[in-house]
Amino acid sequence: MKPASFEYFAPTSVADAVSLLQEHGLEAKLLAGGQSLVPLLNMRLARPTVVIDVNRVDGLSYVREDGDALAIGAMTHQREVERAELVQRVNPLLHAATRLIGHPQIRNRGTVGGSIAHADPAAELPAVALALDAEMHITGPNGEKAVPAADFFVTYLTTTLEPAEMLTEVRVPALPQGTGWSIQEMARRHGDFALAGATVTLSMNGGMCSDARVVLFGVGATPLRVQQAEERLIGERVDAALISEIGREISSSIDEPLADIHATSEYRRNLAGVLTERALVEALGRAA
Amino acid sequence: MAAKRDIRLTVNGVAYEATVEPRMTLVDMLRGELGLTGTHVGCEHGVCGACTVLMDGRAVRSCIMLAVQADGADFMTIEGLASREGELHPIQQAFIEERGLQCGFCTPGFMMSILELLQETPDPTDDEIKDALGGAICRCTGYESILKSVRSAAKKLLAPAS
Ligand SMILES: Cc1cc2nc3c(=O)[nH]c(=O)nc-3n(C[C@H](O)[C@H](O)[C@H](O)COP(=O)(O)OP(=O)(O)OC[C@H]3O[C@@H](n4cnc5c(N)ncnc54)[C@H](O)[C@@H]3O)c2cc1C
Ligand code: FES
Ligand code: FES
Repeated sequence: MKPASFEYFAPTSVADAVSLLQEHGLEAKLLAGGQSLVPLLNMRLARPTVVIDVNRVDGLSYVREDGDALAIGAMTHQREVERAELVQRVNPLLHAATRLIGHPQIRNRGTVGGSIAHADPAAELPAVALALDAEMHITGPNGEKAVPAADFFVTYLTTTLEPAEMLTEVRVPALPQGTGWSIQEMARRHGDFALAGATVTLSMNGGMCSDARVVLFGVGATPLRVQQAEERLIGERVDAALISEIGREISSSIDEPLADIHATSEYRRNLAGVLTERALVEALGRAA
Repeated sequence: MAAKRDIRLTVNGVAYEATVEPRMTLVDMLRGELGLTGTHVGCEHGVCGACTVLMDGRAVRSCIMLAVQADGADFMTIEGLASREGELHPIQQAFIEERGLQCGFCTPGFMMSILELLQETPDPTDDEIKDALGGAICRCTGYESILKSVRSAAKKLLAPAS
Protein backbone atom coordinates (compact mmCIF):
# COMPACT_ATOMS: atom_id res chain seq x y z
CA MET A 1 0.00 0.00 0.00
CA LYS A 2 1.34 3.39 -0.92
CA PRO A 3 0.28 5.75 1.87
CA ALA A 4 1.52 5.43 5.44
CA SER A 5 -1.10 4.22 7.89
CA PHE A 6 -3.60 6.74 9.26
CA GLU A 7 -6.76 6.86 11.32
CA TYR A 8 -9.81 7.75 9.21
CA PHE A 9 -12.83 9.80 10.22
CA ALA A 10 -15.80 10.82 8.08
CA PRO A 11 -17.74 13.44 10.07
CA THR A 12 -21.13 14.59 8.81
CA SER A 13 -21.09 18.18 10.09
CA VAL A 14 -18.68 21.11 10.01
CA ALA A 15 -18.81 21.24 13.82
CA ASP A 16 -17.70 17.61 14.07
CA ALA A 17 -14.95 18.14 11.51
CA VAL A 18 -13.65 21.14 13.45
CA SER A 19 -13.69 19.32 16.77
CA LEU A 20 -11.77 16.43 15.22
CA LEU A 21 -9.25 18.93 13.88
CA GLN A 22 -9.01 20.47 17.33
CA GLU A 23 -8.50 17.11 18.97
CA HIS A 24 -5.78 15.92 16.57
CA GLY A 25 -4.08 19.21 15.77
CA LEU A 26 -1.15 19.12 13.36
CA GLU A 27 -1.36 15.32 13.05
CA ALA A 28 -4.61 15.66 11.10
CA LYS A 29 -5.43 16.59 7.51
CA LEU A 30 -8.81 17.33 5.98
CA LEU A 31 -9.56 15.29 2.87
CA ALA A 32 -11.72 17.08 0.29
CA GLY A 33 -11.44 16.02 -3.37
CA GLY A 34 -8.14 14.31 -2.64
CA GLN A 35 -6.68 15.42 -5.98
CA SER A 36 -3.73 17.08 -4.28
CA LEU A 37 -3.70 15.32 -0.91
CA VAL A 38 -3.88 11.68 -2.05
CA PRO A 39 -0.94 12.02 -4.49
CA LEU A 40 1.02 13.46 -1.54
CA LEU A 41 -0.06 10.52 0.63
CA ASN A 42 0.83 8.02 -2.09
CA MET A 43 4.31 9.50 -2.39
CA ARG A 44 4.52 9.84 1.39
CA LEU A 45 5.33 13.50 1.02
CA ALA A 46 2.50 13.97 3.53
CA ARG A 47 2.12 11.52 6.42
CA PRO A 48 -0.78 12.67 8.58
CA THR A 49 -1.73 10.12 11.24
CA VAL A 50 -5.36 11.24 11.04
CA VAL A 51 -7.36 11.90 7.87
CA ILE A 52 -10.69 13.68 8.25
CA ASP A 53 -12.76 13.09 5.13
CA VAL A 54 -15.30 15.91 4.75
CA ASN A 55 -17.08 14.45 1.72
CA ARG A 56 -19.95 13.28 3.95
CA VAL A 57 -20.54 16.73 5.44
CA ASP A 58 -23.90 17.92 4.18
CA GLY A 59 -24.63 21.34 2.77
CA LEU A 60 -21.17 22.39 1.55
CA SER A 61 -21.79 21.87 -2.14
CA TYR A 62 -23.64 24.73 -3.84
CA VAL A 63 -23.31 27.74 -6.12
CA ARG A 64 -25.75 30.51 -5.26
CA GLU A 65 -26.21 34.11 -6.22
CA ASP A 66 -26.12 36.20 -3.09
CA GLY A 67 -26.53 39.93 -3.72
CA ASP A 68 -23.64 41.02 -5.93
CA ALA A 69 -21.64 37.88 -5.34
CA LEU A 70 -21.53 34.16 -5.94
CA ALA A 71 -21.48 32.09 -2.78
CA ILE A 72 -19.74 28.78 -3.47
CA GLY A 73 -19.66 25.96 -0.93
CA ALA A 74 -16.13 24.73 -0.20
CA MET A 75 -16.96 21.15 -1.22
CA THR A 76 -18.45 22.11 -4.57
CA HIS A 77 -16.70 20.11 -7.27
CA GLN A 78 -14.77 22.21 -9.76
CA ARG A 79 -16.79 20.47 -12.47
CA GLU A 80 -20.06 21.85 -11.02
CA VAL A 81 -18.69 25.37 -11.11
CA GLU A 82 -17.57 24.87 -14.69
CA ARG A 83 -21.04 23.67 -15.67
CA ALA A 84 -23.11 26.19 -13.73
CA GLU A 85 -24.86 28.52 -16.14
CA LEU A 86 -25.04 31.02 -13.25
CA VAL A 87 -21.24 31.20 -13.04
CA GLN A 88 -20.88 31.75 -16.78
CA ARG A 89 -23.36 34.59 -16.64
CA VAL A 90 -22.29 36.32 -13.44
CA ASN A 91 -18.58 35.65 -13.56
CA PRO A 92 -17.16 34.45 -16.88
CA LEU A 93 -13.61 34.84 -15.56
CA LEU A 94 -14.26 32.31 -12.79
CA HIS A 95 -15.78 29.97 -15.37
CA ALA A 96 -12.78 30.26 -17.69
CA ALA A 97 -10.30 29.80 -14.84
CA THR A 98 -12.05 26.66 -13.61
CA ARG A 99 -11.89 25.09 -17.05
CA LEU A 100 -8.10 25.48 -16.99
CA ILE A 101 -7.74 23.28 -13.89
CA GLY A 102 -6.22 19.93 -14.81
CA HIS A 103 -8.56 17.64 -16.72
CA PRO A 104 -12.28 16.86 -16.51
CA GLN A 105 -11.49 13.71 -14.50
CA ILE A 106 -9.62 15.83 -11.94
CA ARG A 107 -12.36 18.48 -11.81
CA ASN A 108 -14.96 15.76 -11.22
CA ARG A 109 -13.41 15.18 -7.77
CA GLY A 110 -11.40 18.33 -7.01
CA THR A 111 -13.21 20.97 -4.96
CA VAL A 112 -13.17 24.76 -4.95
CA GLY A 113 -12.30 24.87 -1.25
CA GLY A 114 -9.56 22.28 -1.69
CA SER A 115 -7.85 24.24 -4.44
CA ILE A 116 -7.96 27.48 -2.48
CA ALA A 117 -6.90 25.90 0.84
CA HIS A 118 -4.08 24.00 -0.87
CA ALA A 119 -2.81 27.31 -2.28
CA ASP A 120 -0.53 26.01 -4.99
CA PRO A 121 1.12 29.17 -6.38
CA ALA A 122 0.49 27.95 -9.94
CA ALA A 123 -3.20 27.21 -9.34
CA GLU A 124 -5.89 29.16 -11.17
CA LEU A 125 -8.52 29.58 -8.45
CA PRO A 126 -6.30 31.31 -5.88
CA ALA A 127 -5.22 33.76 -8.61
CA VAL A 128 -8.76 34.66 -9.66
CA ALA A 129 -9.82 34.78 -6.00
CA LEU A 130 -7.19 37.46 -5.51
CA ALA A 131 -8.04 39.30 -8.74
CA LEU A 132 -11.75 39.34 -7.92
CA ASP A 133 -11.45 40.20 -4.20
CA ALA A 134 -13.03 36.94 -3.10
CA GLU A 135 -13.68 36.35 0.56
CA MET A 136 -12.98 33.09 2.38
CA HIS A 137 -15.50 32.01 4.97
CA ILE A 138 -13.88 29.95 7.67
CA THR A 139 -15.19 28.00 10.64
CA GLY A 140 -12.96 27.21 13.60
CA PRO A 141 -13.18 26.44 17.30
CA ASN A 142 -14.00 30.10 17.98
CA GLY A 143 -16.77 30.39 15.43
CA GLU A 144 -16.91 31.84 11.96
CA LYS A 145 -14.93 34.54 10.24
CA ALA A 146 -14.30 35.96 6.79
CA VAL A 147 -10.83 36.64 5.38
CA PRO A 148 -10.27 38.63 2.17
CA ALA A 149 -8.17 36.90 -0.49
CA ALA A 150 -5.55 39.66 -0.12
CA ASP A 151 -4.82 38.43 3.43
CA PHE A 152 -5.41 34.72 2.87
CA PHE A 153 -2.44 33.48 0.84
CA VAL A 154 0.71 33.58 2.97
CA THR A 155 3.35 31.66 1.07
CA TYR A 156 3.91 28.46 -0.92
CA LEU A 157 1.07 26.03 0.03
CA THR A 158 0.35 28.10 3.13
CA THR A 159 -2.68 30.21 4.02
CA THR A 160 -3.93 31.95 7.14
CA LEU A 161 -6.04 28.87 7.97
CA GLU A 162 -5.18 27.66 11.48
CA PRO A 163 -4.77 23.90 12.05
CA ALA A 164 -8.28 23.60 13.54
CA GLU A 165 -9.99 25.77 10.93
CA MET A 166 -11.95 24.73 7.90
CA LEU A 167 -12.84 26.73 4.81
CA THR A 168 -16.60 26.44 4.28
CA GLU A 169 -17.48 28.97 1.58
CA VAL A 170 -15.82 31.19 -0.99
CA ARG A 171 -17.65 34.38 -1.93
CA VAL A 172 -16.70 35.77 -5.29
CA PRO A 173 -18.03 39.21 -6.25
CA ALA A 174 -19.77 39.34 -9.62
CA LEU A 175 -17.78 40.81 -12.48
CA PRO A 176 -19.45 44.20 -13.08
CA GLN A 177 -21.18 44.54 -16.46
CA GLY A 178 -18.78 45.78 -19.12
CA THR A 179 -15.63 44.77 -17.27
CA GLY A 180 -13.09 43.19 -19.61
CA TRP A 181 -11.33 40.08 -18.35
CA SER A 182 -8.83 37.46 -19.35
CA ILE A 183 -6.84 34.55 -17.98
CA GLN A 184 -3.79 33.34 -19.88
CA GLU A 185 -1.40 30.57 -18.99
CA MET A 186 1.29 28.40 -20.48
CA ALA A 187 1.65 24.74 -19.54
CA ARG A 188 3.87 21.99 -20.96
CA ARG A 189 0.78 19.97 -21.82
CA HIS A 190 -2.84 21.07 -21.91
CA GLY A 191 -4.19 20.55 -18.37
CA ASP A 192 -0.87 20.56 -16.55
CA PHE A 193 -0.17 23.09 -13.85
CA ALA A 194 0.81 26.38 -15.48
CA LEU A 195 4.48 27.30 -15.82
CA ALA A 196 3.21 30.84 -15.41
CA GLY A 197 -0.05 32.67 -15.89
CA ALA A 198 -1.70 36.07 -15.76
CA THR A 199 -5.23 37.16 -15.08
CA VAL A 200 -6.55 40.64 -15.71
CA THR A 201 -9.74 42.66 -15.25
CA LEU A 202 -10.13 46.01 -16.96
CA SER A 203 -12.86 48.65 -16.72
CA MET A 204 -12.97 51.33 -19.41
CA ASN A 205 -14.87 54.58 -19.20
CA GLY A 206 -15.00 57.01 -22.14
CA GLY A 207 -11.88 55.44 -23.64
CA MET A 208 -9.96 55.68 -20.37
CA CYS A 209 -9.15 52.87 -18.00
CA SER A 210 -11.06 53.46 -14.77
CA ASP A 211 -10.05 50.32 -12.92
CA ALA A 212 -7.67 47.42 -13.43
CA ARG A 213 -6.42 44.29 -11.74
CA VAL A 214 -3.34 42.39 -12.76
CA VAL A 215 -2.50 39.14 -10.98
CA LEU A 216 0.27 36.68 -11.89
CA PHE A 217 0.46 33.03 -10.89
CA GLY A 218 3.17 30.40 -11.01
CA VAL A 219 5.94 32.97 -10.60
CA GLY A 220 6.04 33.53 -6.84
CA ALA A 221 5.21 31.83 -3.56
CA THR A 222 1.59 33.01 -3.80
CA PRO A 223 -0.49 34.59 -6.55
CA LEU A 224 0.97 38.08 -7.05
CA ARG A 225 -1.00 41.26 -7.53
CA VAL A 226 1.04 43.73 -9.62
CA GLN A 227 -0.13 47.11 -8.38
CA GLN A 228 2.58 48.88 -10.33
CA ALA A 229 1.01 47.66 -13.58
CA GLU A 230 -2.49 48.59 -12.41
CA GLU A 231 -1.33 52.14 -11.65
CA ARG A 232 0.17 52.44 -15.13
CA LEU A 233 -3.20 51.54 -16.63
CA ILE A 234 -5.67 53.56 -14.56
CA GLY A 235 -6.47 56.95 -16.11
CA GLU A 236 -4.83 56.04 -19.42
CA ARG A 237 -6.01 55.24 -22.90
CA VAL A 238 -4.91 51.61 -23.10
CA ASP A 239 -3.12 51.04 -26.41
CA ALA A 240 -0.63 48.58 -27.86
CA ALA A 241 2.34 50.69 -26.83
CA LEU A 242 1.27 50.89 -23.19
CA ILE A 243 0.48 47.17 -23.11
CA SER A 244 3.89 46.14 -24.39
CA GLU A 245 5.60 48.56 -22.01
CA ILE A 246 3.76 46.96 -19.10
CA GLY A 247 4.71 43.49 -20.31
CA ARG A 248 8.38 44.48 -20.47
CA GLU A 249 8.23 46.05 -17.01
CA ILE A 250 6.75 42.88 -15.55
CA SER A 251 9.40 40.69 -17.18
CA SER A 252 12.17 42.84 -15.78
CA SER A 253 10.75 43.61 -12.35
CA ILE A 254 9.35 40.45 -10.81
CA ASP A 255 11.55 38.75 -8.23
CA GLU A 256 13.34 35.56 -9.24
CA PRO A 257 10.51 33.11 -9.99
CA LEU A 258 10.90 29.48 -9.08
CA ALA A 259 13.13 27.40 -11.36
CA ASP A 260 12.45 23.69 -11.79
CA ILE A 261 12.82 20.96 -14.41
CA HIS A 262 9.96 22.49 -16.41
CA ALA A 263 11.23 26.03 -16.78
CA THR A 264 14.06 28.29 -15.74
CA SER A 265 13.52 31.39 -13.70
CA GLU A 266 14.43 33.52 -16.75
CA TYR A 267 11.84 31.82 -18.90
CA ARG A 268 9.10 32.22 -16.30
CA ARG A 269 9.83 35.93 -15.99
CA ASN A 270 9.66 36.42 -19.70
CA LEU A 271 6.49 34.38 -19.88
CA ALA A 272 4.82 36.43 -17.15
CA GLY A 273 5.31 39.59 -19.20
CA VAL A 274 4.15 38.03 -22.45
CA LEU A 275 1.07 36.47 -20.85
CA THR A 276 0.17 39.77 -19.18
CA GLU A 277 0.29 41.48 -22.57
CA ARG A 278 -1.96 38.83 -24.10
CA ALA A 279 -4.36 39.09 -21.17
CA LEU A 280 -4.51 42.88 -21.46
CA VAL A 281 -5.22 42.72 -25.18
CA GLU A 282 -8.00 40.20 -24.66
CA ALA A 283 -9.50 42.05 -21.68
CA LEU A 284 -9.44 45.33 -23.61
CA GLY A 285 -11.31 43.68 -26.46
CA ARG A 286 -13.97 42.49 -24.06
CA ALA A 287 -14.36 45.74 -22.10
CA ALA A 288 -17.44 47.78 -22.97
CA MET B 1 -2.23 -0.22 11.74
CA ALA B 2 -5.49 1.70 11.72
CA ALA B 3 -8.75 -0.19 12.24
CA LYS B 4 -10.14 -1.72 9.07
CA ARG B 5 -13.52 -0.63 7.79
CA ASP B 6 -16.36 -2.46 6.17
CA ILE B 7 -17.65 -0.95 2.96
CA ARG B 8 -20.33 -1.78 0.44
CA LEU B 9 -20.29 -0.69 -3.14
CA THR B 10 -21.67 -1.64 -6.53
CA VAL B 11 -19.34 -2.35 -9.43
CA ASN B 12 -20.79 -3.07 -12.87
CA GLY B 13 -24.16 -3.76 -11.30
CA VAL B 14 -22.80 -6.30 -8.81
CA ALA B 15 -22.92 -5.59 -5.07
CA TYR B 16 -19.63 -6.09 -3.23
CA GLU B 17 -18.56 -5.91 0.39
CA ALA B 18 -14.99 -5.44 1.46
CA THR B 19 -13.01 -4.83 4.62
CA VAL B 20 -10.19 -2.41 3.97
CA GLU B 21 -7.54 -0.39 5.69
CA PRO B 22 -8.26 3.34 5.36
CA ARG B 23 -5.02 3.89 3.47
CA MET B 24 -5.88 1.50 0.67
CA THR B 25 -6.55 3.28 -2.61
CA LEU B 26 -9.64 2.49 -4.62
CA VAL B 27 -7.62 1.00 -7.48
CA ASP B 28 -5.79 -1.36 -5.13
CA MET B 29 -9.12 -2.53 -3.75
CA LEU B 30 -10.64 -3.03 -7.21
CA ARG B 31 -7.67 -5.05 -8.38
CA GLY B 32 -6.47 -6.74 -5.18
CA GLU B 33 -9.62 -7.29 -3.12
CA LEU B 34 -12.33 -7.58 -5.79
CA GLY B 35 -10.13 -9.19 -8.46
CA LEU B 36 -11.14 -6.65 -11.09
CA THR B 37 -7.74 -6.30 -12.70
CA GLY B 38 -9.01 -4.68 -15.89
CA THR B 39 -8.48 -1.26 -14.31
CA HIS B 40 -4.78 -0.56 -14.72
CA VAL B 41 -2.51 1.36 -12.44
CA GLY B 42 0.34 3.43 -13.80
CA CYS B 43 1.59 6.54 -12.11
CA GLU B 44 -0.40 6.36 -8.87
CA HIS B 45 -0.64 10.11 -8.59
CA GLY B 46 -3.42 11.10 -10.91
CA VAL B 47 -1.37 12.00 -13.97
CA CYS B 48 -1.58 9.14 -16.49
CA GLY B 49 -5.28 8.24 -16.50
CA ALA B 50 -4.77 4.45 -16.68
CA CYS B 51 -6.86 3.90 -13.53
CA THR B 52 -9.91 5.93 -14.62
CA VAL B 53 -13.29 4.44 -13.62
CA LEU B 54 -16.81 5.83 -13.50
CA MET B 55 -18.10 6.70 -10.03
CA ASP B 56 -21.81 7.53 -10.02
CA GLY B 57 -21.45 8.20 -13.75
CA ARG B 58 -18.41 10.49 -13.49
CA ALA B 59 -14.91 9.62 -14.69
CA VAL B 60 -12.50 9.71 -11.75
CA ARG B 61 -8.97 8.54 -11.03
CA SER B 62 -9.16 5.47 -8.80
CA CYS B 63 -5.50 5.79 -7.72
CA ILE B 64 -6.17 9.04 -5.86
CA MET B 65 -9.33 8.03 -4.09
CA LEU B 66 -9.41 5.93 -0.96
CA ALA B 67 -11.33 2.66 -1.00
CA VAL B 68 -13.20 3.74 2.16
CA GLN B 69 -14.56 6.69 0.21
CA ALA B 70 -16.24 4.27 -2.19
CA ASP B 71 -18.73 3.19 0.47
CA GLY B 72 -22.24 3.46 -0.95
CA ALA B 73 -21.16 4.48 -4.44
CA ASP B 74 -21.91 2.92 -7.82
CA PHE B 75 -18.94 2.16 -10.09
CA MET B 76 -18.36 1.07 -13.60
CA THR B 77 -15.05 -0.38 -14.71
CA ILE B 78 -13.79 -1.70 -18.02
CA GLU B 79 -15.17 -5.17 -17.12
CA GLY B 80 -18.67 -3.69 -17.33
CA LEU B 81 -18.35 -2.31 -20.85
CA ALA B 82 -19.07 -5.40 -22.95
CA SER B 83 -22.46 -7.05 -22.47
CA ARG B 84 -22.75 -10.02 -20.11
CA GLU B 85 -22.94 -12.24 -23.16
CA GLY B 86 -19.60 -10.88 -24.26
CA GLU B 87 -20.80 -8.64 -27.05
CA LEU B 88 -18.33 -5.79 -27.38
CA HIS B 89 -19.43 -2.23 -26.68
CA PRO B 90 -19.34 0.12 -29.71
CA ILE B 91 -16.36 1.89 -28.11
CA GLN B 92 -14.44 -1.39 -27.98
CA GLN B 93 -15.50 -2.27 -31.51
CA ALA B 94 -14.31 1.13 -32.74
CA PHE B 95 -10.92 0.69 -31.03
CA ILE B 96 -10.41 -2.60 -32.86
CA GLU B 97 -11.41 -1.19 -36.23
CA GLU B 98 -9.43 2.03 -35.92
CA ARG B 99 -6.45 0.45 -34.15
CA GLY B 100 -6.99 2.60 -31.06
CA LEU B 101 -4.72 0.38 -29.02
CA GLN B 102 -1.37 -1.35 -29.26
CA CYS B 103 -0.14 -2.68 -25.91
CA GLY B 104 -3.50 -1.87 -24.31
CA PHE B 105 -2.13 -0.60 -21.00
CA CYS B 106 -3.83 2.77 -21.27
CA THR B 107 -6.98 1.48 -22.96
CA PRO B 108 -9.29 0.78 -19.97
CA GLY B 109 -8.76 4.30 -18.66
CA PHE B 110 -9.28 5.88 -22.06
CA MET B 111 -12.48 3.91 -22.59
CA MET B 112 -13.97 5.00 -19.28
CA SER B 113 -13.27 8.66 -20.07
CA ILE B 114 -14.70 8.19 -23.56
CA LEU B 115 -17.83 6.61 -22.12
CA GLU B 116 -18.43 9.63 -19.87
CA LEU B 117 -17.80 11.96 -22.81
CA LEU B 118 -20.18 10.20 -25.20
CA GLN B 119 -22.90 9.84 -22.59
CA GLU B 120 -22.91 13.61 -22.11
CA THR B 121 -21.87 14.76 -25.57
CA PRO B 122 -23.03 12.18 -28.11
CA ASP B 123 -21.61 14.08 -31.07
CA PRO B 124 -18.42 15.72 -29.79
CA THR B 125 -16.19 18.08 -31.73
CA ASP B 126 -12.49 17.27 -31.99
CA ASP B 127 -11.79 19.93 -29.38
CA GLU B 128 -14.26 18.32 -27.00
CA ILE B 129 -12.64 14.93 -27.55
CA LYS B 130 -9.18 16.35 -26.91
CA ASP B 131 -10.39 18.13 -23.78
CA ALA B 132 -11.88 14.91 -22.42
CA LEU B 133 -8.84 12.76 -23.22
CA GLY B 134 -6.01 15.27 -22.73
CA GLY B 135 -5.49 13.94 -19.24
CA ALA B 136 -4.54 10.43 -20.28
CA ILE B 137 -1.20 9.18 -21.53
CA CYS B 138 -0.66 6.59 -24.26
CA ARG B 139 2.93 5.59 -25.03
CA CYS B 140 2.10 3.55 -28.12
CA THR B 141 -0.47 4.91 -30.51
CA GLY B 142 0.44 8.58 -30.91
CA TYR B 143 -3.20 9.37 -30.07
CA GLU B 144 -4.39 9.91 -33.65
CA SER B 145 -5.93 6.44 -33.84
CA ILE B 146 -7.60 6.99 -30.47
CA LEU B 147 -9.20 10.17 -31.81
CA LYS B 148 -10.42 8.22 -34.83
CA SER B 149 -11.79 5.52 -32.55
CA VAL B 150 -13.79 8.08 -30.58
CA ARG B 151 -15.25 9.61 -33.74
CA SER B 152 -16.18 6.17 -34.99
CA ALA B 153 -17.65 5.09 -31.63
CA ALA B 154 -19.77 8.26 -31.55
CA LYS B 155 -21.15 7.43 -35.01
CA LYS B 156 -21.90 3.86 -34.01
CA LEU B 157 -23.71 4.97 -30.87
CA LEU B 158 -25.73 7.62 -32.72
CA ALA B 159 -26.81 5.27 -35.49
CA PRO B 160 -26.70 1.71 -34.22
CA ALA B 161 -26.62 -0.89 -36.96
CA SER B 162 -30.14 -2.16 -37.37
C1 LIG C 1 -3.17 15.40 -12.75
C2 LIG C 1 -3.57 16.61 -11.96
C3 LIG C 1 -3.55 17.86 -12.57
C4 LIG C 1 -3.93 18.99 -11.85
N1 LIG C 1 -3.87 20.19 -12.47
C5 LIG C 1 -4.23 21.30 -11.80
C6 LIG C 1 -4.19 22.57 -12.42
O1 LIG C 1 -3.86 22.70 -13.60
N2 LIG C 1 -4.56 23.64 -11.70
C7 LIG C 1 -4.96 23.52 -10.39
O2 LIG C 1 -5.30 24.53 -9.77
N3 LIG C 1 -5.01 22.35 -9.77
C8 LIG C 1 -4.66 21.23 -10.44
N4 LIG C 1 -4.71 20.03 -9.80
C9 LIG C 1 -5.10 20.00 -8.37
C10 LIG C 1 -6.61 20.01 -8.19
O3 LIG C 1 -7.16 21.24 -8.57
C11 LIG C 1 -7.00 19.75 -6.74
O4 LIG C 1 -8.34 19.38 -6.80
C12 LIG C 1 -6.87 20.89 -5.78
O5 LIG C 1 -5.60 21.42 -5.74
C13 LIG C 1 -7.16 20.42 -4.35
O6 LIG C 1 -8.53 20.27 -4.18
P1 LIG C 1 -9.10 18.97 -3.55
O7 LIG C 1 -10.54 19.20 -3.31
O8 LIG C 1 -8.74 17.82 -4.40
O9 LIG C 1 -8.39 18.94 -2.13
P2 LIG C 1 -7.55 17.84 -1.34
O10 LIG C 1 -6.51 17.25 -2.20
O11 LIG C 1 -8.49 16.93 -0.65
O12 LIG C 1 -6.89 18.78 -0.25
C14 LIG C 1 -5.80 19.64 -0.54
C15 LIG C 1 -5.34 20.34 0.74
O13 LIG C 1 -6.30 21.31 1.16
C16 LIG C 1 -6.80 21.02 2.44
N5 LIG C 1 -8.25 21.29 2.41
C17 LIG C 1 -9.12 20.81 1.49
N6 LIG C 1 -10.35 21.30 1.70
C18 LIG C 1 -10.25 22.12 2.77
C19 LIG C 1 -11.19 22.95 3.46
N7 LIG C 1 -12.47 23.03 3.08
N8 LIG C 1 -10.76 23.68 4.53
C20 LIG C 1 -9.46 23.60 4.91
N9 LIG C 1 -8.53 22.85 4.29
C21 LIG C 1 -8.92 22.12 3.23
C22 LIG C 1 -6.47 19.56 2.70
O14 LIG C 1 -6.32 19.27 4.07
C23 LIG C 1 -5.19 19.39 1.92
O15 LIG C 1 -4.10 19.84 2.68
C24 LIG C 1 -4.35 18.87 -10.48
C25 LIG C 1 -4.37 17.63 -9.87
C26 LIG C 1 -3.99 16.49 -10.58
C27 LIG C 1 -4.02 15.15 -9.91
S1 FES D 1 -2.53 5.39 -12.14
FE1 FES D 1 -4.12 6.74 -11.65
S2 FES D 1 -3.77 8.38 -12.98
FE2 FES D 1 -2.01 7.16 -13.28
S1 FES E 1 -1.71 1.36 -26.25
FE1 FES E 1 0.15 1.13 -25.17
S2 FES E 1 0.04 2.82 -23.81
FE2 FES E 1 -1.65 3.16 -25.05
